[in-house]
Amino acid sequence: MSLVFAGICSHAPGITGRANMAEPAQRDALYEAFGRMRDQLVASRPDALIVVAAEHFANFFMNNMPSFAVGMADRYHGPIEDPAWLGIERTAIPGDATLSRQLIDRIMQTVDVSYAEEWKLDHGIMVPLHFLTPDYKLPIVPMNINCQGPPLPPLHRAWAFGEALRSAADSVSQRVALIGTGGISHWPATPDSGRINESWDRDLLDRWARNDKAALLSYTDADIYRQAGQGGFEIRTFICVAGAARGRGHLRHYMPIPIFAVGCTVAVMDVAA
Amino acid sequence: MSLYQLQKFLFDLNRDSAVQHEFRDNARHLLERYDLTAEERDALSAGDIGLIYVLGANGQLLMHFAAFLGMAWPDYIRAMREGVRRHGLPRAGLYAMTTAMDEKVAGV
Repeated sequence: MSLVFAGICSHAPGITGRANMAEPAQRDALYEAFGRMRDQLVASRPDALIVVAAEHFANFFMNNMPSFAVGMADRYHGPIEDPAWLGIERTAIPGDATLSRQLIDRIMQTVDVSYAEEWKLDHGIMVPLHFLTPDYKLPIVPMNINCQGPPLPPLHRAWAFGEALRSAADSVSQRVALIGTGGISHWPATPDSGRINESWDRDLLDRWARNDKAALLSYTDADIYRQAGQGGFEIRTFICVAGAARGRGHLRHYMPIPIFAVGCTVAVMDVAA
Repeated sequence: MSLYQLQKFLFDLNRDSAVQHEFRDNARHLLERYDLTAEERDALSAGDIGLIYVLGANGQLLMHFAAFLGMAWPDYIRAMREGVRRHGLPRAGLYAMTTAMDEKVAGV
């Protein structure tokens, strides 16, 4: 059929795990923005949801680190973290191995990906699903871009991965939705956790909303690290979505919430023909 | 320094409940399976989050070890700062500290 929905959102574990430490009005406004994103996702009547995430050593480690990986299972489990720490109960999430295989075959025409028949979902996928598919009924296809540390896939390859998955989504009979999850500037899990470079974030989001490929791909990782911290490497997931959807983006919510460690973001993007 | 091995242990612990049980039963014995320096081994078996941070452990691995040890989030942040106070800035890795010692950017 085609890609029927595209969006991006934050996935920080504090959003659910440290919910009670945030200023309630800020937290509730974020949750409401996630709720509106859920409504728009449901209205697109998807048969499956691709989640492009930036996982944090839940499945992939430095012994054998793929730049790009795609899940290929009928069932996934998460969260891998302590449920009490994350504030999300353990559950099974449906996948669709046949659909995954079709997507992978097509993606591999232009981008080499690893496939994974086992995948323990971490907060990078579980936090968005907690808000967007809270009954865990919609089958997902998890995808991962290594954003943890160098050697990192170049930004232009994250864009190419987006183009490849768009071509793949357009080639299957199902209605496919897509979200990219990650932080913008942030220094998570360090003593700096809570530091947020709002002006850098807003500039990135502006480039993303304009779907300005050249501007999105003009960052260097050295600049990202200096201005946006090691967490900033996760902009690869947002770039991937822009490369897939190719339309204009619409920022629905942005609010720095230091105890959640990120500028909390919810945005959707038109899917260009 | 064998940061890869130190992080491999944290990866294994975070993923595998059998490793978690073994750590609680006999951490020293478990850690013999990893090619660690004495400083790394001592820091892990003592649960010295501050020193492990300074040794360069990736925070995405370390924060779960802290949670496994029962540390609440503010205590985890405090332990890393205390590690820097005792041992200096992180010696390796990406998870730098750029804020001042008493600068609580998230109020903790």
